[in-house]
Amino acid sequence: MQTKKGKGAAFLRRHAQLLIPLIPLVILIVFNLILNPAFLEIRINEAGSLSGYPISIFNNATELVIIVLGMTLVTAVSGGQDISVGALAAIGGAAFYRVLKMGNMESAGTVLLAVLAALGITMLFGAFNGTLVSVFRIQPMIATLILFSCGRSIAYWIAVDPNATFESKLVSNLAVNLPGIPIPTPILICAVVGLLFFLMMKFTNLGLYAQAVGINQSASNLNGINATRMKLLAFVILGACCAVAGFIRTSRLQLISYEKQLLDIEMDAILAVAIGGNSLGGGKFSLVSSVLGAYTFQTLTTTLDVLKIKSTDIRAYKAMVIILLVVLASAPVKKLISRLWARLRSREARGAAPGAGAGTPEKGVQ
Amino acid sequence: MENGIVLTMRGISISFPGVKALDRVDFTLRQGEIHALMGENGAGKSTLIKVLTGVYARDEGTIELDGVPGTVTIHSPQEAQKLGISTVYQEITLCPNLTVAENLYIGRQKGVSVPWKKMNRDAAALLDSLGIPARPRQMLSSCSLAVQQMVAIARAVDTQCKVLILDEPTSSLDEKEVEMLFKLMRDLKARGVGIIFVTHFLEQVYEVSDRITVLRNGQLVGEYETASLPQVELVSKMMGKELEGLSQVSASQDEEAEQAEVLYQAEGLSSSESKPFDFRIHKGEVNGFTGLLGSGRSECVRAIFAADRVTGGKVIMDGKVVRITKPIKAMKNGIGYLPEDRKRDGIIADLSVRENIILALQVMKGFFRPFSRKAAEAFADEYIKALDIKTASSDTPVGSLSGGNQQKVILARWLLTHPKYLILDEPTRGIDIGTKTEIQRLVLDLSREEGMSITFISSEIEEMLRTCSRLIVMRDRHIVGELKGSQLTQDQVMYTIAGGGNERAD
Repeated sequence: MQTKKGKGAAFLRRHAQLLIPLIPLVILIVFNLILNPAFLEIRINEAGSLSGYPISIFNNATELVIIVLGMTLVTAVSGGQDISVGALAAIGGAAFYRVLKMGNMESAGTVLLAVLAALGITMLFGAFNGTLVSVFRIQPMIATLILFSCGRSIAYWIAVDPNATFESKLVSNLAVNLPGIPIPTPILICAVVGLLFFLMMKFTNLGLYAQAVGINQSASNLNGINATRMKLLAFVILGACCAVAGFIRTSRLQLISYEKQLLDIEMDAILAVAIGGNSLGGGKFSLVSSVLGAYTFQTLTTTLDVLKIKSTDIRAYKAMVIILLVVLASAPVKKLISRLWARLRSREARGAAPGAGAGTPEKGVQ
Repeated sequence: MENGIVLTMRGISISFPGVKALDRVDFTLRQGEIHALMGENGAGKSTLIKVLTGVYARDEGTIELDGVPGTVTIHSPQEAQKLGISTVYQEITLCPNLTVAENLYIGRQKGVSVPWKKMNRDAAALLDSLGIPARPRQMLSSCSLAVQQMVAIARAVDTQCKVLILDEPTSSLDEKEVEMLFKLMRDLKARGVGIIFVTHFLEQVYEVSDRITVLRNGQLVGEYETASLPQVELVSKMMGKELEGLSQVSASQDEEAEQAEVLYQAEGLSSSESKPFDFRIHKGEVNGFTGLLGSGRSECVRAIFAADRVTGGKVIMDGKVVRITKPIKAMKNGIGYLPEDRKRDGIIADLSVRENIILALQVMKGFFRPFSRKAAEAFADEYIKALDIKTASSDTPVGSLSGGNQQKVILARWLLTHPKYLILDEPTRGIDIGTKTEIQRLVLDLSREEGMSITFISSEIEEMLRTCSRLIVMRDRHIVGELKGSQLTQDQVMYTIAGGGNERAD
């Protein structure tokens, strides 16, 4: 029994971080279920695809989740955040649009080429960010401030067209619903990106090195890890994530808006990383927890939509909930909780101890 | 209080959990003297300073200050400053992005508005009177380290200072800058300031100080006039070893190692931190760099491992010329390095014991070839058992282990790579005596049974004599001698460190 309990405790300790985004997520879902018992229901609509709140949460969170994966990595290795991800996604979307316009929009080859172009250019810009951070040791937020402020202009130059709309059945299928498959495509793309990250964590040392560099760069260097290269790599990966997010958003709307596309997603992504219980100061991280953080964030957005909060007010409401979340996940509160937990457990142990009968008053016990 | 005495500390004791950091220590400072506080690492110098500046509260003892009736109790650094005790620490604690004048007066003017003109005028006068080559409106960061240090001192002495504590002020200065600082110290001394000078540079003590107080293991060894204490005697007092009758030669040192072939040889190796030096180690040999702290021994081994930027020299390993410019290259050539500063360079605190143990081998294996969880666990468990590492599990973050066990984890990390040549820089510092002996035994076993070559550095000379068959002696960043065989005695080591008659190596 002892070992079983020990094992359970170890499991809990190892995955305790998941509770940080999971608890508010469950609370939000319960809240929604009270308002609307059918909140978790999933239906098949006339078009033959799935619909319902869970599906729309998964669907709408796609861009955020993909960027959050990369952001988590950058945060871990550099101890800072990339605030240019929204601009990078716009650049990716613009490159995609530009290449698409040049060829036959309904041909798979053109679409593939367009996606590759988007990936190429954002990874290049990611490498630019990464170089500033790793080689020139500029604080990540300052380094990425450059593309944050000029990235959308670059997106405009790339796409050229001021009202860049397009119509392509193929792109629409890819971005919204593949015929015959009931699950919205963005969810599938998100799953593929998630799988790629899983494979990267499993078959390379990216996770170990990123954490080592983030925790102690000096010691990492002395163990032969090239910290510069690791940071660069993280930013390039994040760049690729931005391209995918930009592609999805552009394809969904069938237009590229330089000014608005994925505006402010950097702040949402950073928040999701934080809601996931990851330290924004770098070091240890959990991708799963970050992703849960992103879904929690999206569930919050959906909840506010359900409550018919005016779009002008929505940010204020979000802020209130986030203050609560961040404070609850803060170190002093965590300490308090663990202290209460320890007290509860010691009382429990005392209660269970042989000899200390349930009915005996606990007079002599301190 | 006796005439001319500014500070008397009597019977100061202080305990921390498990250790008596100071045990009835006396200290007296006279007006207008430079008083060196000497002792090896952990002798209690900093603790004594911290008691005096109100960082620690003493358990026993009295402090008397000139001009203050009765014994004083100092609760905080601010209070110490009010009583006329100022401290300048090793690291500059000023604001580099403010001007010199601002740094001198910041946080000291009353009211909300800052009288800039007056402040700059006062600063100019102060700098001038102390002969500090800086302008009031100059950014502090544009001054050299020495000048920054001097500004810190000026700030300290401007507040009615009777006692000035300089904690390792010269460790990052070059010779010329040290001269400048000494001139300032002598000026202040002439003005009647009592200066407590904490340093580990012997030459500097003899150049500038009037009196020396030596501490060892938290106890007072004695107070001496600098002029009447020969340098070698000071070394012997710091180490706590009498000069004569110490010729008990260390355990059976195998001289055969000398005959074995050379494994690693460096000619004129230099790094950004070390001056060029020659060095060699034979197969299965245990040798060591010795010298006082700051003599450059760590910098030498860091150069071998390319932990600092290698700037020149030729390295021959196993008869072949190799270029070791990065730690990974050293590792691939079969060199392992346990760094001096465990916290800063060794452990990755938040990662588990397992991840810390496999790290070096994993990096050598390659980015795309991670160990399976099972393999990693097997490695970790093997070494946790072999080195008797006390940890709840291999999943425990290494930062939560005790110092000795953290050190064993790093040792395990390097043993796992099966190096041909292992460098251990202060592997036994700050760890309990049991673990210390374990590590010493391990070092000897590795060299005898596995033929590993080991370079061992320790501040404890007995430990070096017990484990090494050849000692390279360093002083002030130069190799000043090499001892082996019958020369391996404490006397000989101390004479060589103090600069008494051993052949020069270069």
